[in-house]
Amino acid sequence: MISAILILLPLITGAVSFAIRSSEAARRLSFFSALITLGVAIGALLPSNASILALDLPWLPVMGSRFALSMDGMSKMLCLLTALSFPVIFLASFRQSFRMPGAFYGWMLLSQAGLMGVFLAADALLFYFFWELALIPVYFLCSTWGGERRIAVTIKFFLYTFIGSLLMLAGIIYLSFQMPTTSFSISDITQAAVNSPNNTLLFFLFFIAFAIKMPVFPLHTWQPEAYEESPSPVTMVMSGVMVKMGIYAVIRWLLPLFPSVAEQYASIIIAFAVAGMLYASLIAMQQNNLRRLIAYSSIAHIGLMAAALFTSHAGATQGVMLQMFSHGVNVIGLWILADAIEKITGTRQLNEMGGLARKAPRLAILLVVMGLANVALPLTNAFVGEFMMFNGLFHFNWVVAAAAGISIILAAVYTLRMIEKVLYGSPANSDLPIADLSPNITWALVVLVALVLIGGIYPQPLIDLTKDTVEALTLKK
Amino acid sequence: MNAIIFSAVWGVVMMFGGLIAKNKTTVTYLAIAGLLVLTGVNLLHSCGSWVIKVDTHETLHFDSMGLYFNTIAFVSTLLYVLLSGKDIERAGVHVAEYYALIFFVLCGVSILTSFNGLLMLFLGIEIMSIPLYILTGADKKNLKSNEASLKYFLMGSFSTGIMLMGIALIYGATGNFGINIGPNSAAGTGLGFRPSFLEVGGLLLLFVAMSFKVSAAPFHFWTPDVYDGAPSVFTSFMATIVKSAGFYAFIKLMDVRTAILGDSWLIVLPLVIFSTLLIGNITAVFQQSVKRMLAYSSIAQAGFMLFALYGTSVMSKEGLILYAFSYSIATIGLFAILIRLKDYSLDGFNGLAAQHPMVAFSAAVFLLSLAGIPLTAGFFAKYYMLAAAVKAGGILWLVIAAVLLAAVSVYYYFRVIQSMYFKTGTPEWTSPAGKSFAWTLLLLAALLIYAGLFPTAVLKFIYF
Repeated sequence: MISAILILLPLITGAVSFAIRSSEAARRLSFFSALITLGVAIGALLPSNASILALDLPWLPVMGSRFALSMDGMSKMLCLLTALSFPVIFLASFRQSFRMPGAFYGWMLLSQAGLMGVFLAADALLFYFFWELALIPVYFLCSTWGGERRIAVTIKFFLYTFIGSLLMLAGIIYLSFQMPTTSFSISDITQAAVNSPNNTLLFFLFFIAFAIKMPVFPLHTWQPEAYEESPSPVTMVMSGVMVKMGIYAVIRWLLPLFPSVAEQYASIIIAFAVAGMLYASLIAMQQNNLRRLIAYSSIAHIGLMAAALFTSHAGATQGVMLQMFSHGVNVIGLWILADAIEKITGTRQLNEMGGLARKAPRLAILLVVMGLANVALPLTNAFVGEFMMFNGLFHFNWVVAAAAGISIILAAVYTLRMIEKVLYGSPANSDLPIADLSPNITWALVVLVALVLIGGIYPQPLIDLTKDTVEALTLKK
Repeated sequence: MNAIIFSAVWGVVMMFGGLIAKNKTTVTYLAIAGLLVLTGVNLLHSCGSWVIKVDTHETLHFDSMGLYFNTIAFVSTLLYVLLSGKDIERAGVHVAEYYALIFFVLCGVSILTSFNGLLMLFLGIEIMSIPLYILTGADKKNLKSNEASLKYFLMGSFSTGIMLMGIALIYGATGNFGINIGPNSAAGTGLGFRPSFLEVGGLLLLFVAMSFKVSAAPFHFWTPDVYDGAPSVFTSFMATIVKSAGFYAFIKLMDVRTAILGDSWLIVLPLVIFSTLLIGNITAVFQQSVKRMLAYSSIAQAGFMLFALYGTSVMSKEGLILYAFSYSIATIGLFAILIRLKDYSLDGFNGLAAQHPMVAFSAAVFLLSLAGIPLTAGFFAKYYMLAAAVKAGGILWLVIAAVLLAAVSVYYYFRVIQSMYFKTGTPEWTSPAGKSFAWTLLLLAALLIYAGLFPTAVLKFIYF
């Protein structure tokens, strides 16, 4: 029941929002809708029995597909992340005005509904539905409100992900017919996959879809451009929550469905993921464009998670859980800051910035905290997760762990370089009227900083929350 | 039977109606009335009441699926006339004749959904095709229209010849025109019986002729030129209702007979499907004119509909009905907008969303449905087709190729959405889009979305 509310609430308010013309009203409606969703998502964390959380209704009886939603620890955590990030994003962009505000906030809420659905679906066809439903709003958001090259960039992004999801659909259709009666429920699909003869091919049909979404090197080329050209609230959604769809899907669908194939190809996939980490880190070091720097840094972080997933090490999987949440919080914080910096200085180029620390002290403090969280310094939320993932990688193969370790050092290099270029040195353009962060952005960031610190000091609640998913996954092996 | 007789009669009525009615709009109303009655009598037949009985010696056989297909075809035609009636009036001077020809086409359609013998198949195809040759050339003073008409006629007669040859060979082998395979082969296919050379040869010729009618590669070459040259209103009709009916007949024909072809069938069919999808999709990418793009995309869509030939299961027939429904509705809607625009190129759509939000929204839904995006009927249509293929043989490589080419189709369909929504401009109209036009389009879009959520709602009427 609660899971249905999580989807319906943004869906309905999103649809209503399209009819609103006033910017103020649309903004308020979406903010309050997002707040209520957050309340429901927090409510879902309270101990209760599964029947209150889940939902199972007949949808397409002829095809054997049901409108089935379920909520385990990982779903709860990602729903919480989704529910948390939207109010923060809305709060941070409170002062911005958009053309056709009703449509803008409407699409945003629809994408939230799609994301929730992805994290909740317990039926393969329904999962595919929500997977697309999360994508289409983003297509319209980026193409309408994006930067100069938005149309070309967005269609590239859309085609990339769409090809992936269609391959997944082919896999789903194939699997659903491997049983005496057609069914899409997660347990039946798992059964079919284990017994299916074309295991390897099917594995890659699913894996490519998820790898594009994450993205894993070499399927990442859509990402930096899309992040750069999208309007900042959308970039925050994409990098903070959407990339988690890929990781979530690997844990929920890919690994339980094809455990043996996953093990067989683990070393190749991990090699690609780690190579991608190094590659992205090296590029991030060379970047002069603030947004691209954050985009590549995000690819590097995701690469680590992808590598850790395939180590089949329980600790590493637990680390991925933690890191999914932490990365969401951190990267949204970084984007909010990047956006604020761009507004203040009027540029994205790092060599045209400098000296902001003296003029905008609040921004400076928050940027340093977020930057250090990005480097995964102890006491920040990313540290615990990364540590666990490294542990897993080390158990898998120390060479891989060492290579991944280099990329963590590189992360410190490019993040600190970015902080230095933005905050210190002499102002490149001294006659700009410089203002500090506006209160709404400050508050949004304070919330995120609090989460960074809580997650760094006491991550146990998150571990407890997601333990059941990790255990279920380890048991399957 | 109701539909066959009534459509033929009303075609004649329309012809003479042109003499009496001086006003073109009156003629359109007469046609709308005719379509309503036609749908009505067909529904009566589906319910089994008030049926005109003519003894056809089992050369025609009516089943609920065929009758339901009729209903879809008639309703689509009705929607088509409601949307584009004004444009039919503008296509030339002989409005009443155009409507008469459309009714004759519908007569052919109703024969094709109920034929039970090869002779009736041939008659249905001819009754459906000959009016189309004339409609293609309706724009008499336009050279392109003339060229298209002549090309269509010549190619069409050629394929008819091949079809007739095939029927003759099969008759020679089996001694009857029945659609069901001869007793020898029916009993023998399971026991390693080899059908006679004449029978296989005849069936292959029939396959070629039908592939031509539904523009499957490599028999598709006429399609772009004819669709582009014909007056846009009639292209819309040809590409949707006529094409779907051709497919229905194709599947009805091949349903029982694939057993005769045996394993070689499983080599021929995937190749035809793959080349149709490939040629249609890849060529559509390079088109600058939306009309031509839709012509190539109709080839690509035909590739998907060919999947229905795979299965002898109920699923493939249901899938074809769903496909015909979603594809016809979306294409009719798109063409209705296209016809009214001055500029058929992509730039002609620039800024449509700002000018007519409702029209642009409906067009976007049509395009999304054609591309097979979830939440629209097009998704489940494609889903059924792929599922039928997987169920029948499990040729995974073809399914993967099909979905990849479907992704290509997203590129060219979305270019129109990009023009409408993300580019600025003011589209110029030959006849401005009024309120009722926009609402009718919105109704079509709502239908597609509803069927995209509950596809079974469309299908359950087959069995009512």
